[in-house]
Amino acid sequence: MQASDRFNINSQLEHLQAKYVGTGHADLTRFEWAVNIQRDSYASYVGHYPMLAYFAIAENESIGRERYNFMQKMLLPCGLPPEREDD
Amino acid sequence: MYLYSLTLQQPTGIICAINGSFSGGKVQEIVVARGKVLDLLRPDDNGKLQTLLSVEIFGAIRSLAQFRLTGAQKDYIVVGSDSGRIVILEYNKEKNCFDKVHQETFGKSGCRRIVPGQYLAIDPKGRAVMIGACEKQKLVYVLNRDTAARLTISSPLEAHKSHTITFSICGVDCGFDNPIFAAIELDYSEADQDPTGQAANEAQKHLTFYELDLGLNHVSRKWSEQVDNGANLLVTVPGGGDGPSGVLVCAENFVIYKNQGHPDVRAVIPRRVDLPAERGVLIVSAAMHKQKSMFFFLLQTEYGDIFKVTLDHDNDRVKELKIKYFDTIPVTSSLCVLKSGFLFASSEFGNHALYQFQAIGDDPDVEASSSTLMETEEGFQPVFFQPRKLKNLVRIDQIESLMPIMDMKIINLFEEETPQIFSLCGRGPRSSLRILRPGLAVSEMAVSQLPGVPSAVWTVKKNVNDEFDAYIVVSFANATLVLSIGETVEEVSDSGFLDTTPSLAVSLIGDDSLMQVHPSGIRHIREDGRINEWRTPGKRTIVKVGSNRLQVVIALSGGELIYFEVDMTGQLMEVEKHEMSGDVACLDIAPVPEGRQRSRFLAVGSYDNTIRILSLDPDDCMQVLSLQSVSSPPESLLFLEVQASVGGEDGADHPASLFLNAGLQNGVLFRTVVDMISGQLSDARSRFLGLRAPKLFSIVVRGRRAMLCLSSRPWLGYIHQGHFLLTPLSYETLEFAASFSSDQCAEGVVAVAGDALRVFTIERLGETFNETAIPLRYTPRRFVLQPKRKMVIMIESDQGAYTAEEREAAKKECFEAPGNGENGNAEQMENGEDEDGNDPLSDEQYGYPKSESGRWVSCIRVLDPRTTQTTCLLELQDNEAAFSICTVNFHDKEHGALLAVGTAKGLQFWPKKSFEAAYIHIYKFKEDGKVLELLHKTQVDGVPLALCQFQGRLLAGIGSVLRLYDLGKKRLLRKCENKLFPNSITAIHTYRDRIYVGDMQESFHYCKYRRDENQLYIFADDTVPRWLTAAQHVDFDTVAGADKFGNIYFVRLPQDVSDEIEEDPTGGKIKWEQGKLNGAPNKVEEIVQFHVGDVVSCLQRASLIPGGGECVIYGTVMGSVGAMLPFTSRDDVDFFSHLEMHLRQEFPPLCGRDHMAYRSAYFPVKDVIDGDLCEQFPTLPMDMQRKIADELDRTPGEILKKLEEIRNKII
Repeated sequence: MQASDRFNINSQLEHLQAKYVGTGHADLTRFEWAVNIQRDSYASYVGHYPMLAYFAIAENESIGRERYNFMQKMLLPCGLPPEREDD
Repeated sequence: MYLYSLTLQQPTGIICAINGSFSGGKVQEIVVARGKVLDLLRPDDNGKLQTLLSVEIFGAIRSLAQFRLTGAQKDYIVVGSDSGRIVILEYNKEKNCFDKVHQETFGKSGCRRIVPGQYLAIDPKGRAVMIGACEKQKLVYVLNRDTAARLTISSPLEAHKSHTITFSICGVDCGFDNPIFAAIELDYSEADQDPTGQAANEAQKHLTFYELDLGLNHVSRKWSEQVDNGANLLVTVPGGGDGPSGVLVCAENFVIYKNQGHPDVRAVIPRRVDLPAERGVLIVSAAMHKQKSMFFFLLQTEYGDIFKVTLDHDNDRVKELKIKYFDTIPVTSSLCVLKSGFLFASSEFGNHALYQFQAIGDDPDVEASSSTLMETEEGFQPVFFQPRKLKNLVRIDQIESLMPIMDMKIINLFEEETPQIFSLCGRGPRSSLRILRPGLAVSEMAVSQLPGVPSAVWTVKKNVNDEFDAYIVVSFANATLVLSIGETVEEVSDSGFLDTTPSLAVSLIGDDSLMQVHPSGIRHIREDGRINEWRTPGKRTIVKVGSNRLQVVIALSGGELIYFEVDMTGQLMEVEKHEMSGDVACLDIAPVPEGRQRSRFLAVGSYDNTIRILSLDPDDCMQVLSLQSVSSPPESLLFLEVQASVGGEDGADHPASLFLNAGLQNGVLFRTVVDMISGQLSDARSRFLGLRAPKLFSIVVRGRRAMLCLSSRPWLGYIHQGHFLLTPLSYETLEFAASFSSDQCAEGVVAVAGDALRVFTIERLGETFNETAIPLRYTPRRFVLQPKRKMVIMIESDQGAYTAEEREAAKKECFEAPGNGENGNAEQMENGEDEDGNDPLSDEQYGYPKSESGRWVSCIRVLDPRTTQTTCLLELQDNEAAFSICTVNFHDKEHGALLAVGTAKGLQFWPKKSFEAAYIHIYKFKEDGKVLELLHKTQVDGVPLALCQFQGRLLAGIGSVLRLYDLGKKRLLRKCENKLFPNSITAIHTYRDRIYVGDMQESFHYCKYRRDENQLYIFADDTVPRWLTAAQHVDFDTVAGADKFGNIYFVRLPQDVSDEIEEDPTGGKIKWEQGKLNGAPNKVEEIVQFHVGDVVSCLQRASLIPGGGECVIYGTVMGSVGAMLPFTSRDDVDFFSHLEMHLRQEFPPLCGRDHMAYRSAYFPVKDVIDGDLCEQFPTLPMDMQRKIADELDRTPGEILKKLEEIRNKII
């Protein structure tokens, strides 16, 4: 990589995408976007204890179980990814 | 509108707890995180948990860990929060505060997916800490000492792995080899790319060891191996000579021992017999206890059962893993095993408890072992057990927790001086209706009847060095009774006191002699029994007395003051006389300062509405130093020293200020600062205490002088964590009181009221509310009050539980089963009414048995809160559950007030919200409102989550439809509806012809009902999608709401729009038909916004004190209660916003979150001043207080006064 490339917008974007999970790009699909949002939401639920408690009351489960369920859901938050159209 | 936000009750739930020795030495302490508050607790000698320190940190604490440097005596606290920083705290015993030792920034703030803070792990030797996020990021900090033995922290070392979810991390004990951290990880990168789902099915959790190479200063992935896919928690296993090292992996249904180069050792977690087969068993909290010769683990499941896990090992080889049933306690968020033999269990919901170990589970019990693990075709063979009553633990203390507050109403139902807060708390079998009253709880120790009606009581010691009081002296109208305190309290006649006259004062004088002042003289009883009498001149009588240990001042009728001092020989000598202009109303002398001969000040209150400070110094004796006029004649005076700030033990750098307190005849307590040198009075504050003139008494609270004020109810003025608090006691009206100290009761109060002598102690200092709890059956959802009949009607529902009959049948079966050791007295199912400890399987302790998730149980209860009796309990049948309730008066008035209850049958949230049927029940009240009778039941097409009376009809929010019903003979009759609401209606409030509808996701909608056209239409809505959790109507144009993310906000319809709608003959209907931005034509404006940091579950507009301003009171899921008071003057707004600004700059929050950013976490804070931050002002160092005060052109005292004043407006 040349020195000038480092300041080029694309490489900056790549750097951001590598550093911050979820940084979007022009070719982001609807599915990828949704998956990212869902994972962020689940992480936020797990991080905010009062929110976990709120869910736990609604579902009548223990808070520990709710936390585990949310973490598990981060694997496939929006179901299976759609078939990719090969280009 | 500007609001002052003040938390009245800090959160009572606990997120996580750690134990260790934070003040150093052998003392065991517990640090608990309550969301935004960090508390330090310590069990005292009696096994009662005392809160030593409580700090609001203005951030969300997510994890806590403690560590100790090798060879050190003291534990440090590491805090993982939403600040994007790692913070290491040390408890400072001298100043009683947390000192921030280190604060290292590593990322953005907020609870984000890849910003660490969610998990913390400590190297067991205290050499490194790992802080992890839910995904990808893990940072390792190396901890060390510098040459001055101070803790140092390195720059962070990365142990990131992208596309990886982390479930748990922990340190691995490997002695003094390089520190190792273990993590349960799950890589999702392939599952995200594979549309066939094969990769997702094959996704496997891994246990990964990260090694910190201290030599290279580098973290590397050392080892990674597949682990059970249900793994959720890691527990460190002792190593380095104490044990085999490695980790316990807690997974759904299993506990697995794993270590590098060691085969897995797996055992099943025993299951409850009644657990449905589809449910797994998950470990939710764990604790390890290590002694010299052995170690064991306590693991608690999501159902509350605790298992003791032991490892049978031969050096590094683990031969067997045993899981033995230990005991069952309510589900906890953290377990702490204290070295002193206690178990602290912080409950997820409901009260926390401290247990003492009776045994450590050595007796035979149901046990699963790795060696007997059987694998069959359907998987591993389960092991079953039946919960039994506590065998190894015994509960010795509990801490009240309101978590979660489901609903709350404030009303003066009992017609007391202040309103009561009725709150629905808890969940499932541990739920309760709690009646909160502002004030401290009092525990009564003794009540004894006296022969007459006493007028006064004192306690005296025989010697100044005695620890306990010797006599209780009670004065009657014409006699004095002396009781001696010993094993028992009994009357004595050899005390030397004159018993044929009433007494005016009784006290210890000098080192070891007693003094009795009676109307005609002073009786001085020397230690050897000699008695000196001083008689009043002529026919004059003594009317008032003020004394301390070395000085006595008496006031004779007519207004003459005579001053006595105790001389070197212990004689009481007359020093000076002084003639006042009129009769003296009251007197007080400050206590003799340490190391001095005399106190300098005498305060004299006169009937001409003045208080004078007189000097008692020999050079200017009886000179008037200052004069203060007051609004009404003073009745009682008391000098009290108050430390303005928390300082060193000696208080040297934070000098205390001396306050003169005066109880005035109009019921006001008047407090003013006395200049220690000149005696000048300044900085006066007054507070109305009650209908009677407050009488002031000095008592001892936590070893310090405090003030008891007896008005129409008793109040206690004391110092708590640097604040002077004046709090009512929840006790009856008292006449006279004195401090009381005996063998059985170190710090008590003896008081007289009526013809009884009462001894009591004051408990749980620092709390704002005391509570009366009435147990309930299921999770309470909502309730209504009937103020006239003084009844509470509530709905309770639980998902996934069996009905009362089914539970009773199951329980009978279980106890009748042969071979079951318990003696089978079947439990009274009305556990709501008779909660007795003998019950072998109280649901409160063991929880309800779980059923399939689609099943609901629910009941409607009518309860008389005065007698705490349930007068009617209707259990809903057939999988129906109640969700909304309201009372309604239909306009035909045939039935009077009726009760409407909205229910749903077979409600399910997953995979998609669905239900079988929904109804609105209409009940009639019978027997004076005590009993309900079903009138009829109307099926509706959505879940009715909100009901409200409107113009003699019933408004119901049925799913996304707002519908107006009228009462028919057989069912409710639809009159009008509006289907234009976006999601689901959760709140309806009405005022005049306006209807304020709260939607589950889309904030408020303002509607109007046009009677002539019979039409409901939305004329205004909000622009922000708010996930509404609570709503409260404020005024015609304004509503207050709270959203799921912990914000409180107020929206208001702009005045011109409101006027336009009211004036428009079509009521804005033409405009309504046009619409704007896919919604209503008008938009409300957000006028107030504040992040509370906790899910607010109820809002209520109320005033907590008579004559106080109305504020919005909120209750939260974490069990805290707060208030938002509107400011009445612009000056106050300016003052407090500047104070807040300075505090933000000078005193940033403890755990590194920026205060402004925290209060603006979701939306920028608007027009709310954070009173919790302002109230931290007294905890600042004195020089900083002065600096801020200078900037505000005030003195620190004035700022404190201002803070006190605004607090007194709320509570």
